[in-house]
Amino acid sequence: MKPPESTIGSMPVSLPPQTPVKGGTATHCPYCALQCGMNVAVDETVTITPRHDVPANAGGLCQKGWTAGELLTGERLTVPLLHGEEVGWDEALGFVADRIRAVQAEHGLDGVAVFGGGGLTNEKAYQLGKFARVVLRTSQIDYNGRFCMSSAAAATNRAFGMDRGLPFPITDLARADAVLIAGGNVAETMPPFVRHLTAMRAAGGRLIVIDPRATATVRQADLHLQPTPGTDLALALGLLHIVVAEGDVDEDYVAARTSGFDAVRTSVASWWPERVERITGVPVARMRAAVAILVGASRAAILTGRGAEQHAKGTDTISAFVNLALALGLPGREGSGYGCVTGQGNGQGGREHGQKADQLPGYRRIDDPAARAHVAAVWGVDPGDLPGPGRSAYELLDALGTGGGPRALLLFGSNPLVSAPRAGHVAERLGSLDLLVVSDLVLSETAAMADVVLPTTQWAEESGTMTNLEGRVLLRRQAVAPPSGVRSDLEILRGLATRLRGTSGAEGFPTDPREVFDELRRASSGGIADYAGITYERIAAETGVFWPCPAEDHPGTPRPFLDGFATPDGRARFVPVEHRPPEEEVDPEYPLHLTTGRVLAHYQSGAQTRRIATLNRVAPEAFVELHPDLAEHLGVASGEMLRVVSRRGATEAPARVNPAIRQDTVFMPFHWPGVNLLTNPALDPVSRMPEFKVCAVRVERAG
Amino acid sequence: MTRIVVVGNGMAGARLVGEIRARDRHVGLTVFGAEESQPYNRVLLSNVVAGTMPPEQVRLLDPAWYADHSVTALPGVEVTAVDRENRAVLTATGRREPYDVLVLATGSEAVVPPVPGADRAVTFRTMDDCRRILRAAGAARHAVVIGGGLLGVEAARGLAGRGLPVTLLHLAGHLMDRQLDAEAGLVLGQTLGGLGVRTRTGVVVEEILDGGVRLAGDETVEADLVVLACGVRPVTGLAREAGLEVARGIVVDDEMRTDDPSIFAIGECAEHRGRVYGLVAPAWEQATVVADIVTGADKAARYRGSRLVTRLKARSVELAAMGETHLTEDDAEVVRFSHRAAGTYRKLVIRDGRLVGVILLGETSAVGNLTQLFDRGGPLPGDRAGLLFPGPQGNAVAESPVRMPDAAKVCQCNDVTKGQIRACWESGARDVAAVAAATRATTGCGGCRDAVEGIVGWLCEQEGVSA
Repeated sequence: MKPPESTIGSMPVSLPPQTPVKGGTATHCPYCALQCGMNVAVDETVTITPRHDVPANAGGLCQKGWTAGELLTGERLTVPLLHGEEVGWDEALGFVADRIRAVQAEHGLDGVAVFGGGGLTNEKAYQLGKFARVVLRTSQIDYNGRFCMSSAAAATNRAFGMDRGLPFPITDLARADAVLIAGGNVAETMPPFVRHLTAMRAAGGRLIVIDPRATATVRQADLHLQPTPGTDLALALGLLHIVVAEGDVDEDYVAARTSGFDAVRTSVASWWPERVERITGVPVARMRAAVAILVGASRAAILTGRGAEQHAKGTDTISAFVNLALALGLPGREGSGYGCVTGQGNGQGGREHGQKADQLPGYRRIDDPAARAHVAAVWGVDPGDLPGPGRSAYELLDALGTGGGPRALLLFGSNPLVSAPRAGHVAERLGSLDLLVVSDLVLSETAAMADVVLPTTQWAEESGTMTNLEGRVLLRRQAVAPPSGVRSDLEILRGLATRLRGTSGAEGFPTDPREVFDELRRASSGGIADYAGITYERIAAETGVFWPCPAEDHPGTPRPFLDGFATPDGRARFVPVEHRPPEEEVDPEYPLHLTTGRVLAHYQSGAQTRRIATLNRVAPEAFVELHPDLAEHLGVASGEMLRVVSRRGATEAPARVNPAIRQDTVFMPFHWPGVNLLTNPALDPVSRMPEFKVCAVRVERAG
Repeated sequence: MTRIVVVGNGMAGARLVGEIRARDRHVGLTVFGAEESQPYNRVLLSNVVAGTMPPEQVRLLDPAWYADHSVTALPGVEVTAVDRENRAVLTATGRREPYDVLVLATGSEAVVPPVPGADRAVTFRTMDDCRRILRAAGAARHAVVIGGGLLGVEAARGLAGRGLPVTLLHLAGHLMDRQLDAEAGLVLGQTLGGLGVRTRTGVVVEEILDGGVRLAGDETVEADLVVLACGVRPVTGLAREAGLEVARGIVVDDEMRTDDPSIFAIGECAEHRGRVYGLVAPAWEQATVVADIVTGADKAARYRGSRLVTRLKARSVELAAMGETHLTEDDAEVVRFSHRAAGTYRKLVIRDGRLVGVILLGETSAVGNLTQLFDRGGPLPGDRAGLLFPGPQGNAVAESPVRMPDAAKVCQCNDVTKGQIRACWESGARDVAAVAAATRATTGCGGCRDAVEGIVGWLCEQEGVSA
């Protein structure tokens, strides 16, 4: 019998996935927040195999992970670019430093802004925040995580006093009797996540999914609630109403562990299921069925994703789901809870260590005098010299090049030209800058319009820590030397610090990630996200450590809420919230809802995955998913080019007719330039999250 | 400072007060309520009668809300007159409350039919009514509900749910005759029958006796609890005596303003474009409009009338009715499905390509979509039957791996087709592990494991057969 041949195509694979690669480096996937463990072996070819010792993926990998090796062998940047021309590092950094000084002289310290990313390691995110506050001394720093988890973060901070995506190990899900996912499509975004749900269902547990589309995740579910886009909040209120009306509130838990339920109980009395049905389009019978499943479960989890969160009312929507979880007595009980399914690779760690406009390391608030004093002491600066809170991500992009806004932008690990809402306007703002500097490994759409592009190291070329969706701090290990000429972001920041502040000023900007991490530990010590007790050695020995971990002899905290919540009185807080319509409702001119999301083969703005042949073959372009009834009305068939128009812009893509979507809604994936020309930048008043998930459009045949 | 006085603290009045405070934290605000209790959610009273919600859980506002929001609330204080000339209301206790803006939200009252012994029966309208019904239901052995409209059906279902035998008496030929056609009323009666409610339609009540109800034809139905659900009438006395224009209700324009520009009326006491609404959704829309106008939040706000969707709130009875359900093929396109044995009836009324009427009784999985098509007037698909019978969403599931074409994708996560698995088998793979090693199928979410096992097993079986 001859051995089976690979049928995969271009990607060289030499060994079956079950056999760990000898000599391969044990690290993690470059992409999403699941941070699947993988071994990367490099000789003539790059071979990737899944790790079995990492609970999140337990031996699984999706297509994106399997093919990630192509990032190391494919086209990438290796030489700095200055106005499109290849130049040496000295010239590039010298130019940047000169221009920064000039902008600061003319427009003040806030004339220079920084934009980070949720894919950066903890070390880079920390150093970027420090660089902005200490070297540039600008308040104008924020990051693309504002577009991801900020609504859930705001809601869980006000309910629990702490924002840790999943406040329990992901393996708890497999032992649950019921899981409700609101606005999440893990079967496409992070497929190995589904293994935990499959194990749950195999043991008799049931899965409920709320999504306007019958997604791949919905196809694995026992119950699907298919709301009108922008009505998740009403739906959550309706579910809680039923829990109250049926006498299913966990009154002992509510009395012992929470505060504020009376106001919520009263407010949801106005959200009887028939009223909610009319707003959401979800039949009352399905709402009742969902509640019956949750109430009948002795262990249950309620999870939310971007579908519920990326709204101008995202924070209140998540509060409504948290209220539901609290009324059922789930958070802080072993095996149960509420969790946000974080998206970006280091979306959790990236939001803890100071690249957010209002934040200092350790999830400290930048307007808290004690936090400022602590961090300033670690940084060796006067607390009074630290800037205050700055603009949130979209507001920052919107202000670029305007009268009161920044004139220079340093951008790390983000591609807002594709990923920001109302992207046409964002392109104009970026174009009006005096200086745009982009650090990236590929020439992304945003990098392509930069004055200076700095080629930086990527995942397998560097070391550092990543904090996954569970709040487990993981070790990213270098598997291969970066190509000659490529520098790490830590080296870039040191280089700029040297040029702007002299050799002494660069002392606080080491290039060894471990040295940066040790400082991060001190800076986060005593904060909410306390990393003080976490070391590279411990992470390696324990396959990850859960924060908070305040001391080296502390075991870490897989389930932080078991004994109490991180609020002053230890109680979780109910927050009464009311439904409100989307910022932009459909009307005769724009009669359809547009919602956006992901496909399995791509990650985020596609800057990386669109360069991988295997993934491009599977998913080569954007598309417009629409219901057969709508297709019939428009007289179009699958494959025909459609033009989708909103008040902010238009884009074209082929039709994909699919009964899995509501008749009144079209869906487009956001991994390609186009759909974000249409999306609505209306912001959540608390989290400043833009309303990516619903706006009004019309659809017509292109041509 | 502007002084706003609201008369009525029910669904409309309480909502209005909340809406005003959400827009303006300072405007002077006084609300009078006819009932002593905190405002409660009338929609949920059926749940109270059914015993699924205790009375304290149906309140609209917490007791502390008024003080927290600087609203003067005067529950149980009856307003007896409006002095329009001096812009003040007068109360039974002699209080004189000046206003700049007056909003009448006096609601409606239960109709008590003029039959002898009517005082032996309990109306079903207020929280106090509910309490009376609950007290009586405890000791009762047989209940009669008079009136087979929405409220009567809910009350009958609720009482039956408590284990009490119930007879539902209705004057018209079929139940809920305002919302349903005859066939739907028949199917509803049959469904209720299975839940312990005996329905009698086309009957005339002549007298309410001590232990029963006497019908025309001298028949007596035994009952020690009689509940009246014979409809409501707008409470307009105050407006009428103040000289405001009153037809069936207090007549208002699109601003919900009466013929006195300082006085508005909303909710069940108001008549807008000839219509008096008896449901909460219109009352709340009207409250929003008035709040926008009187606070100046949106002076251009207007109420244009409401589309009515009736949803029965009764356990184990799924019923939705909306719009012009009585139209027949003479006036419109009608799509109908009836299956009495299963308690199912579905009817669509379509005019000019738009959905103008719906009845759904029994299983109502289509209700969400149809309600939204009715509300928004969206275009309908050519396949009308699909509206009544929404098919499975998304890709067909559980297709046998054996019958799949070779091009069918088996593993979505790693993009592996059945053909690739077959090729892999032909190259020697004989189990899932070997297929996974070569194709990566099953290594993502793991959901295709059974399918891959099935294909490999089937191929092995075929091999055995042909060998």
